[in-house]
Amino acid sequence: MDWIHSLRIGAAEELLSTVGIALLVASAWGQGKRDARAITWLAVLTLIGAAAITAPTLWHGVRGPEALAFNGLLSGDAFAAFAKLLIYIAAAASLLVAPAFFEKYRAMRSEYPVLVLFAVLGMGIMVSATNLLTLYVGLELNSLSAYVLAAFLKTDERSAEAGLKYFVLGALASGILLFGMSLTYGFTGTIGFAGISAALSGHISMGALFGLTFVLSGLAFKISAVPFHMWTPDVYEGAPTPVTTFFASAPKVAALTLTMRVAIEAFGTQAAAWQQIVSFVALASILVGALGAIGQSNLKRLLAYSSINNVGFMLVGLASATPQGAAAMLVYLTIYVPMTIGGFVAILMLKDENGNQLENMAYIAGLSRTRPMLALGLGSIMFSMAGIPFFFGFWGKFVVFQSAVNAGMVWLAAAAAVASVIGAYYYLKVLKVMYFDEPVNRVTGRSDMLHEWLLASCAVFVSPLGYLVTKGLTALTMTAAGVLFPPV
Amino acid sequence: MNHFPILSVMLAVPLLAGVGCLMADTKLARTIALVATLTDFALGLVLWAKFDIGGAQWQFQESLPLFSGFSWKLGIDGIALLLIELSVFLMPICILASNSIDKRVGEYMAAFLLMEALMIGVFAAQDLYLFYIFFEAGLIPMYLIIGVWGGAERIYASYKFFLYTLLGSVLMLIAMLWMANNAQTTDIPTLMQYDFDPAAQKWLWLAFFASFAVKMPMWPVHTWLPDAHVQAPTEGSVILAGVLLKMGGYGFIRFSLPMFPSASADYAWLIYGLSMVAVVYTSLVALVQTDMKKLIAYSSVAHMAIVTVGLFAFNTQGLEGAMIVMLSHGLVSAALFLCVGVIYDRLHTREIGRYGGLAINMPYYALLFMLFTMASVGLPGTSGFIGEFLSLAGIYQQSSWVAFVSTTGIILGAAYMLYLYRRIAFGTQVNADAAAMPDLNPREWLMLAPIAAAVLWMGIYPESFLAPMRGDIRAIEARLAATKPVGDAKFKMGKAPPLGEAHAEGTH
Repeated sequence: MDWIHSLRIGAAEELLSTVGIALLVASAWGQGKRDARAITWLAVLTLIGAAAITAPTLWHGVRGPEALAFNGLLSGDAFAAFAKLLIYIAAAASLLVAPAFFEKYRAMRSEYPVLVLFAVLGMGIMVSATNLLTLYVGLELNSLSAYVLAAFLKTDERSAEAGLKYFVLGALASGILLFGMSLTYGFTGTIGFAGISAALSGHISMGALFGLTFVLSGLAFKISAVPFHMWTPDVYEGAPTPVTTFFASAPKVAALTLTMRVAIEAFGTQAAAWQQIVSFVALASILVGALGAIGQSNLKRLLAYSSINNVGFMLVGLASATPQGAAAMLVYLTIYVPMTIGGFVAILMLKDENGNQLENMAYIAGLSRTRPMLALGLGSIMFSMAGIPFFFGFWGKFVVFQSAVNAGMVWLAAAAAVASVIGAYYYLKVLKVMYFDEPVNRVTGRSDMLHEWLLASCAVFVSPLGYLVTKGLTALTMTAAGVLFPPV
Repeated sequence: MNHFPILSVMLAVPLLAGVGCLMADTKLARTIALVATLTDFALGLVLWAKFDIGGAQWQFQESLPLFSGFSWKLGIDGIALLLIELSVFLMPICILASNSIDKRVGEYMAAFLLMEALMIGVFAAQDLYLFYIFFEAGLIPMYLIIGVWGGAERIYASYKFFLYTLLGSVLMLIAMLWMANNAQTTDIPTLMQYDFDPAAQKWLWLAFFASFAVKMPMWPVHTWLPDAHVQAPTEGSVILAGVLLKMGGYGFIRFSLPMFPSASADYAWLIYGLSMVAVVYTSLVALVQTDMKKLIAYSSVAHMAIVTVGLFAFNTQGLEGAMIVMLSHGLVSAALFLCVGVIYDRLHTREIGRYGGLAINMPYYALLFMLFTMASVGLPGTSGFIGEFLSLAGIYQQSSWVAFVSTTGIILGAAYMLYLYRRIAFGTQVNADAAAMPDLNPREWLMLAPIAAAVLWMGIYPESFLAPMRGDIRAIEARLAATKPVGDAKFKMGKAPPLGEAHAEGTH
């Protein structure tokens, strides 16, 4: 029986779910501050364990039938492994930054790490799904945990509002996705990605095209791509900052890699049909993200728009529909995750002398003189997000443009590159406020050691030193992305 | 790579010193910066001494396959050598000049040292993407220099500088991606020999043009320059005018001309048109300025237009002339900005009307200022003459009309520069505070005297500067020969006198 084989492939998910349930039970008794911290650390250890289980899969470039588990419902291939590793890193970072934040509001509860673990489990299933139903189960497990996380700061009105908004709009998106899936099933007669791909080769019927469009729309909501982005700024602003750190990193990775798998594995034979959609969504996201960010004075909202903008750039890689494009997206994600975590950690470090969080841009005026290292860290991340060489963020943009140009979509690359200049404006604005303006000296609160270390490591990663990993990164992403395409 | 990696060392010295400056206090930062830039200058002299004139086209090559898709590949030819010399020569002078900066000195020095490393990187990069990274990254320190230490309108100026240049460059990046995909290499020397499809060349040329025209700057995308110059601190202006503008010219001579020869010929009319407008229009604008820095900024645009017509003359004289104008303008405009800085430090105004009769109380200053004014005008014996004469001689072979209009730039240049000089140095001393200003102090002598010497050297014996790049200019001319447009001058080659005769009346 191949149960053993299947169970071995799903080992990371099994670990996460058992530990998650165990910690849930433990948290029923341990509600104190110290218990919550202990459970948080246990959750981080679990993530490290899951990463250790997953890493060899990526290393060996596992692909094809040997990766399939549970009769083809899941695929533990190198692509899934790559996404999972990023998700684990992002989730661990959002766990580590949480206690210092929630304790200020006396809201650090053991449920937080448990919910994060369940969300990560859901994401693990999402990225390994090779079947529409598995996909949906994973997506919902992740989303339901996320809705609760958004509203985690019960006493805060904004947090509750964020949770509700996220839930209502998320439910709508799930509906759209399910509708698309049912159409796809109806017109192809299967819910397995391989089957859909085979059924759609050749001419595509109108119904299947509708199915494809609805599925992509539902996924576009999850990755907060224009025109399904409206919830992002509100939810990012309202959710507690550690939760926003989580939302902006791990679920983005999961949803984007899921979109890649669906687009390439399930609908790969109809690439021409979705390339147009993706190109439009990519350009619209870049433009709306950049223009929307200009007027923002709240830093979390600004980063929310910036994440929309970044998703646009990543979709340029998908639009090229080549292994190189898929690999480029993975490279971009690998750079995006530390960049965005660093950005939110820097926001977490903005505190006044009473430890209250400061989120307004006005408060960081002249930060370079009062807190030079913090300003340098946030500044590098801003330059990096703007894609100005020699910061590492440039490399992400570079590889997606390269994939688009090599795929013959020069116009898309050129339009995206020109639009990136608009984006540069608001990143520069943050720098201007920090470096050029007179100090207001509001950011006086002490920072948590852990936050400082996280920000420092993110800043070092996005610095020019990051280029030294490009060789290894290219090799790994090519292995991972190659899984999605038929072997040559 | 079996020799000493001198180019990498020249990049590393200012970078490491910059990190050191960030942590040091004011006094130590100044010392570190001065020592580092002087070390780089010394290395630059070694580079020049060891450069084998007439030897291999690319020298001091190093290559390390560090990155994915591109590599750490450095190497220089004569053109790059001279521009690197210009950069390392101006840097210690900038550090000396920055005495008037008193806030955040460590960061200021760090920004300048970073700038130096990036400038050397731009000229030494032999990999397309490495070049782009250096080229673009230069925006960051300059943005900070203008924005943090600039004048009242510094924020507007810094944004304008950054976004204008960035917009120009991103299209170039897309073109580079296409080229690398098409030619399957990112090696610049190989690409210089690669023949792209003529139809594609047109697009590529335009994309590169978008970047270099802004950087140069050419009319009508020059408007960031006066703002940036006026708002930047003196040393910022020096580096901006002295070296950063040369990146545009360098880009044309390294990329546009040899990589897209047929498109260069096709679009020569565009260059000519814009350059002619620039020469006349910006010279006239310079004539009516009341702000000294703005006047010199507009004069830079006019001089750069002479560079572009020289480059697109497609012949040896034009190309050599353009290079000499670039080097000369690098020295002269840097010196003029320093001269402005000298009196700005004393009176804290750039208003021309506030000065007058400085020849009376500051005779040495007036002498040096006169020298640089004359060099800017292009008086024989100074570097300006050599460059402008060669450029115009070159373009005359190609188009007498362009030569005619460009030459008016010399006359107009004389008009606005001499008018500036008259208002500042001559006339009656109307303002008591201006009349009481002391003459140059030793530090200012130390800044201006080396530039004066270099200007005269280049004016009297330009062979020192022409010799290293002769071979490279020949190579470019040969590359352009097949497609260059037919000129209207229709020169007939005379018969060269026998060798012995030429030597008898030669300069040796």
